Amino acid sequence: MSTPPKPPKAAWSWRSQAFRGLIYQLVTVAIILAAVLYLAHNTQVNMKARGIQSGWDFMLGSAGFDIGESLFAYDSGDAYWKAFLIGLSNTLRVAILGIILTTVLGTLIGVGRFSRNALVRGLCLCYVEFFRNIPVLLQLLMWYLMFTEVLPESSAPLTLGPFFLSKGGVNFPVPVWATGQTFAAIGMAVAVLLVLAWRHHARLAFERTGVPRSMVWVPLGIVLGLGVLGWLVGGAPMEFNMPVQGEFAIENGGALTPEFLSVLLGLTVYTAAFVAEVVRGGIASVALGQSEAAAALGLSRRQTMRLVTLPQALRVIIPPVTNQFLNLTKNSSLAVAIGYPDLVSIANTSLNQTGRSVECIAIIMLVYLCTSLSTSFGMNWYNNRSAIKER
Amino acid sequence: MTATVFQPIAARSAPVKTEGPVAWIRSNLFGDVRTAFGTVCIVLVLLALVPRLLNWGLVNAVWAKDYDACHAAAGVGACWGVVSEKFRIIIFGRDPFEEQWRPLVAAAALLGLLVVSCMRAFWRPALGLLWAVVLAFFFTVMYGGVLGLGRVETDRWGGLPLTLLLSSLSMTMAFPIALLVALGRRSMLPAIRSVCTVYVELIRGVPLISVLFMASFMFPLLMPQGFSIDVLVRVLAGITLFAAAYMAEVIRGGLQAVPKGQIEAAATLGLSYWQTQRKIVLPQALAMVVPGVMNNFISTFKDTSLVTIVSLYELTGAMSLALNSDSNWRPFKIEGYLFIALIYFVFCFSMSRYSIWIEKQVNKSRLR
Repeated sequence: MSTPPKPPKAAWSWRSQAFRGLIYQLVTVAIILAAVLYLAHNTQVNMKARGIQSGWDFMLGSAGFDIGESLFAYDSGDAYWKAFLIGLSNTLRVAILGIILTTVLGTLIGVGRFSRNALVRGLCLCYVEFFRNIPVLLQLLMWYLMFTEVLPESSAPLTLGPFFLSKGGVNFPVPVWATGQTFAAIGMAVAVLLVLAWRHHARLAFERTGVPRSMVWVPLGIVLGLGVLGWLVGGAPMEFNMPVQGEFAIENGGALTPEFLSVLLGLTVYTAAFVAEVVRGGIASVALGQSEAAAALGLSRRQTMRLVTLPQALRVIIPPVTNQFLNLTKNSSLAVAIGYPDLVSIANTSLNQTGRSVECIAIIMLVYLCTSLSTSFGMNWYNNRSAIKER
Repeated sequence: MTATVFQPIAARSAPVKTEGPVAWIRSNLFGDVRTAFGTVCIVLVLLALVPRLLNWGLVNAVWAKDYDACHAAAGVGACWGVVSEKFRIIIFGRDPFEEQWRPLVAAAALLGLLVVSCMRAFWRPALGLLWAVVLAFFFTVMYGGVLGLGRVETDRWGGLPLTLLLSSLSMTMAFPIALLVALGRRSMLPAIRSVCTVYVELIRGVPLISVLFMASFMFPLLMPQGFSIDVLVRVLAGITLFAAAYMAEVIRGGLQAVPKGQIEAAATLGLSYWQTQRKIVLPQALAMVVPGVMNNFISTFKDTSLVTIVSLYELTGAMSLALNSDSNWRPFKIEGYLFIALIYFVFCFSMSRYSIWIEKQVNKSRLR
């Protein structure tokens, strides 16, 4: 509340705060409406004068450009909407993988700032200060340059067993999908249900007897065990699609392009520096008395971290980390600078081809707005769950 | 009465030393078995990597502006010659070569202004006047057209002066907008509150690059016919509006942290809304948000590198421009990138150190 309480009666005079408030609001709304109408009018006039067409009909026309990598089949004769869909899938792919890797790396480095080893502390500090103070665009360009200039040609790649690393990116073997994999997938799906049941049982047992049950190893064992069992039942297929050294390039197998790898690495390394700072701040915010009390109870350092410090730190950590995840997603739009076909670069190409700037920019903004809002909804839900339950 | 004879107690032995470098190393590097093992592993890895890096960066590096020598040393040593050869294009972009003393003077003036603004001794009203004078000087020297200086159109501005101009000007202009928006988001009037909320959430939900695209592609469509605005101004407006949304959130955090009793006390004294904000709320809130605003400044400084995507040649763009056009030097782009990375690092790192210092200054009032 930034204004004093309202007077009891709203008289229609300039002396009345309520009346003045109403006038202020009307004036604001009127100014904004007028500005929007004026700009819309200008846009219409300009478009007519320059012969720019508007509307969404172009989405059905043939795009006419190739896309370097796509998760599903596409050729240059396909429609614009399909190209946009591929751009979206590429953005999401790099964002989701990036968020997972960033969480792992950022947490490790943030916790490393509290190591008992001064060298580990120092290295983690250097990492944070170094990567956080260089623009992410520059880092992306540098990673891309490393991939395309420093690595050997794909006719003479660096080899590590069945893995190849070259200017063409990373090539790796992928298992050929067969009945065994289907059975393994079914086994894992069943395992997830079993794990949920185990969690329920373990929680009940903990509340009855106070003996904690493993929430990591037993579920992990169930999932892996049933997966392997399904694989064995399906005939234990061992067939892999191996990458082979061709005359000019590496053929077969799975491949990750240098563009994808540079965007992924660049975003991960940059955002992890910020996540590490957030994790450090969160851990530092837990009162010292908590870990002293844990030590008095005889908990080991690892137990103290896992059972006492981290659960309390998480409440402080989650909101800013959500922001970092959103930043990572938004920064993935910089992929346009190194030619990774994400949503922004597809929209940029379409904009240059069709001249429909309003529509293309609207698509970019809408997609990112939806992603941002849905991510923050998801994180708010988790945040509410981990918040202190007050009576 | 017998006289007590004084009996001295034997002195205790000195305690184990807990200060000094030896004790520090013992407890921080070899505290227990795992720590000692970790130390040994890290030292081994560093011993393997650091000499290689030093060999590449210093010992085998080529410092001369000689691309044949650089090609010969490729892979073994860095080619810093590329920096000395292309230095002026990297720093000043496409500014006309003979006229490059002008961006140098202008950038030095702007940099001096920024440094002066950071010093406590200069925090007085006259600083605003100084800003106006220096900015006028900057634009006169850069743009020219008067005092016998040739005109340099804004699309030829580039390099470090452009980076400095974009970041400092957008932050200065973003501040008043952010202040109003932050107050608006906490207003009692629902229409004003929702307008401000929509603005902040909309801008924070989209990437800067889409705002820049809007500034460069859509903005000309929004203006009345026959009315065109320079691309530099459009981009500046885009960055300003973007930075203002983020800063508004930081300031709102500070506003929320002012205890409610302060506002109630102001109401009791009969202060109006604006008097309350100006004399009671803002002085307390702004002091609290200084570190956050500094962080905003750092990220805006880094974000200016994005304008290269809409074809303004600031530091990053000027660097690509300098090397892409010259096939002899193009293979040594990585050294060029390292050089501008160093420039960015020096600026951002000193800003973050300054932010820590200023946080201490601001917190002095709370220390007893």
